Amino acid sequence: MSDLTRKTAAELSELMASGETSSVEITQAHLDRITATDTAVHAFLHVDTDGALAQAADVDKRRAAGEKLGPLAGVPLALKDVLTQDGVPTTAGSRILEGWKPPYDSTVVKRLKAAGIVILGKTNMDEFAMGSSTENSAYGPTHNPWDLARIPGGSGGGSSAAISAYQAPLAIGTDTGGSIRQPAAFTGTVGVKPTYGGTSRYGLIALASSLDTPGPCARTTLDAALLHEVIAGHDPMDSTSIDQPVPPVVEAARRGDVNGLRIGVVKELGGEGYQPGVEARFHEAVELLTKLGAEVVEVSCPHFQYALPAYYLILPSEASSNLAKFDAMRFGLRVGDDGENDAEQVMRLTREAGFGAEVKRRIMLGTHALSSGYYDAYYGQAQKVRTLIARDFTRAYEQVDVLVSPATPTTAFAIGDRVNDPIAMYKNDLCTIPSNLAGNAAASFPVGLADEDGLPVGFHVMAPVMRDDLLYQVGAALESALADQWGGVLMSKAPELEVTR
Amino acid sequence: MTVVADVLPIDDALAQYDPVMGLEVHVELNTKSKMFCGCPTEFGAEPNTQTCPVCLGLPGALPVVNAVGVESAIKIGLALNCEIAEWCRFARKNYFYPDMPKNFQTSQYDEPIAFNGWTDVVVDGETYRIEIERAHMEEDTGKSLHVGGATGRIHGASHSLVDYNRAGIPLIEIVTKTIEVPGEKAAAVARALVSQLRDLLLSIGVSDVRMDQGSLRCDANVSLKPKGSTTLGTRTETKNVNSFRSVERAITYEITRQAAILSSGGKILQETRHWHEDTGITTSGREKSDADDYRYFPEPDLVPIAPSREWVESLRATLPEAPSLRRARLQTEWGFTDLEMRDVINGGAVEYIVRTVELGVDAAAAKKWWLGELARAANESGKDLGDLGVGPAEVAEVQKLVDEGALNDKLARQVFDGLVKGEGTPAEIMAARGLALVSDDSALIEAIDRAIAANPDVVEKVNSGKPAAAGALIGAVMKDMRGQADAAKVRELLNTKLGI
Repeated sequence: MSDLTRKTAAELSELMASGETSSVEITQAHLDRITATDTAVHAFLHVDTDGALAQAADVDKRRAAGEKLGPLAGVPLALKDVLTQDGVPTTAGSRILEGWKPPYDSTVVKRLKAAGIVILGKTNMDEFAMGSSTENSAYGPTHNPWDLARIPGGSGGGSSAAISAYQAPLAIGTDTGGSIRQPAAFTGTVGVKPTYGGTSRYGLIALASSLDTPGPCARTTLDAALLHEVIAGHDPMDSTSIDQPVPPVVEAARRGDVNGLRIGVVKELGGEGYQPGVEARFHEAVELLTKLGAEVVEVSCPHFQYALPAYYLILPSEASSNLAKFDAMRFGLRVGDDGENDAEQVMRLTREAGFGAEVKRRIMLGTHALSSGYYDAYYGQAQKVRTLIARDFTRAYEQVDVLVSPATPTTAFAIGDRVNDPIAMYKNDLCTIPSNLAGNAAASFPVGLADEDGLPVGFHVMAPVMRDDLLYQVGAALESALADQWGGVLMSKAPELEVTR
Repeated sequence: MTVVADVLPIDDALAQYDPVMGLEVHVELNTKSKMFCGCPTEFGAEPNTQTCPVCLGLPGALPVVNAVGVESAIKIGLALNCEIAEWCRFARKNYFYPDMPKNFQTSQYDEPIAFNGWTDVVVDGETYRIEIERAHMEEDTGKSLHVGGATGRIHGASHSLVDYNRAGIPLIEIVTKTIEVPGEKAAAVARALVSQLRDLLLSIGVSDVRMDQGSLRCDANVSLKPKGSTTLGTRTETKNVNSFRSVERAITYEITRQAAILSSGGKILQETRHWHEDTGITTSGREKSDADDYRYFPEPDLVPIAPSREWVESLRATLPEAPSLRRARLQTEWGFTDLEMRDVINGGAVEYIVRTVELGVDAAAAKKWWLGELARAANESGKDLGDLGVGPAEVAEVQKLVDEGALNDKLARQVFDGLVKGEGTPAEIMAARGLALVSDDSALIEAIDRAIAANPDVVEKVNSGKPAAAGALIGAVMKDMRGQADAAKVRELLNTKLGI
């Protein structure tokens, strides 16, 4: 058997269906790969070896018994540590949750389990998903498998690093301002932020409730679509979940046809501040789509320039409230409970010790923005901007089917480069944030390497609410055309990681 | 408690100042499940057994609105003549407290589900219209138990325990606009309002309204202004005044306390105050200012609520008649005079009499027991009528025994006394206290013989053509039987004996 870790989820599924290999074999191969490479990469915060092998054995048993299984049954997956899994440590990258084992499964995990997907473990992330580099994790940064001296993006850097290091064919991320798409761009993988409400937030440790969206990460468009289909759909446990059928994402990923599709290039997302290599790959991809029959026009979204400041008022405001529950009373870290301090002092000491600098910064920002006397000027105003951005999208979608832009202004930067410059760090998410504010669907697909640094470039596609299928249509068309040019997927150009035994 | 409050006698206080009040009443709904999760709401379960990730505020958990809770809120709004919002939202009220799992309370802020209502209360035959500012939905907190300190207070406690069973139970907060009525009526009007709210909530069936279990809790805002002034004074908010009687007492106390401070040139501190049932005073709680910042913002985990007008109207159609119309109808049905009806209303006995009459008891008899016996017992023990442990079923049972001749009114009173003291069922009390009427003719005849023998002069009078004098003999027999005889039966037997 050739290296199972190099296979796509779809290929693994076929190999299991034909009896050529088993889920236990596949799972073991990925666990071995994690052992061999994660010292260097640090994608995982917790590897659930026993749990994963038990799940795999169960799938094999059911398959042997003739049970009809879903297309991804037995395929391993890496889970971002922000989603609860019953009995498995869940930290959200924070000290304040160190050692906490949630007593319940998030809806995403429930659906993964029901589909027979094997959960290998929990991946590293910026603390409470606040960050764009995974450097804000309380447990140390994750390294980009393309260049270990660089960041893999964030907040879901662990998930994107795990799939680009062949530690797992699939991963789950969550996207609040780009935390799935930006890491995908930086690691040459596919990352999809579904329509807000298209995937359930139940069991997702909230950063910003009105923005957080769980979604799939994979090395191919089809794999992402297969995973998307498993986790999407209405959930009565999440009031903001949309009660509509899941868009036909798998069908779209298989079709990959853009003939006649109207594509709008967002004028405001490019130019100054964008790395030349990023722009070059982006424009080539646009040309490629034109050749494939798409109609490409330039579209203006004038309010996108206000997206970043609006986002950095709405997100901290919601986060300051969402993170209030971390108070040492019922779970997680407790500091200073010496019989002398009262409950309020214990809360203070615990939050002081348990939260990192970026988390504290955003809690303070949000607390201030919601304060009486400031609410209208900050939170209220930001909500108005949000409406204007949503209107920009609506107008644009009257002219075109999807919008496109680079996924990020630059390629992956060096570890430590921007830790002392929060604004530079925040600017990473310029292209991705508008879709979170408007709640529509968006994705990043790999479209080559920047000439300056040889690092992956992501192509950003934005589609209307509940038209997630259009993302896959564009992504699959690009993927197959580029594979013809490159003689394989972009990931095959990634350097080999040194393995430790 | 070492605090000795300086108060001005109420008459002196009211001679100088007019009180202004505002009430905030929290009602726990009787929904089967909590406001935002499926946990049961039963009272009195083992601590922390009625909890789940949602009401414990565990990371990742999300709320889902209980539709029955919304329905109850709308019904309450309609019963209070409120407008019902066409669109409203929940908001987060952010503050840290160990018994609040998320450290924010899911409540409503500037978009309540019901607003701009009114209700009329009657005190001493006068009708007072109380304007309702709003009725909004929110969730209850958990309950803290402070261990090791004096009288369960946090001060001096060694540690605290928290029971989250109550966390997430649906609450409706009813807020009145300022209430300005003649000073001498103020406290009574407040009491009547709370009492009437209780009746109203019972009649629409949305709450058990057990003040003793905390399902109706009242915060009373009181301020004073010099007579004739239009400028509002500084208010205090007395928290958790949890019986009708306490509402009246606490407000009266605050009036006298504030008057004492103001008349000696002092200033009222804007603060929350604690009511002490035992000593009848309030003490300083937490200083409160209008700048208390709860950083309200619309709850992003929930979607707006937009009750359709059809739904609102269909709920309106299920509401019982308005209290004032209903009281008029009941008075006619029961045949009570205006004065009698006023006593019944002021005594908070309307709903008890309704339910007792429903069990087949004559209205006059029901009134006699509820007002005569039970209201007196409640007053003596400082309890509310609903908290005596005697309900319509017990009253009906006792009255049935009277109708059957097993008890007379005098003995029935002793049965009620036993019921209030928790001595068991009426039958058990009668057995234990030996209260049954003697229906054995021979025992009665023996007693009559003894009475005749002991009162030859009375017999003489009867025989000389004065049958009315026999009354004295009946009295003697009843005394002999220690009251446990049916007076009519005694008269009948005596008349036979004396040949009249």
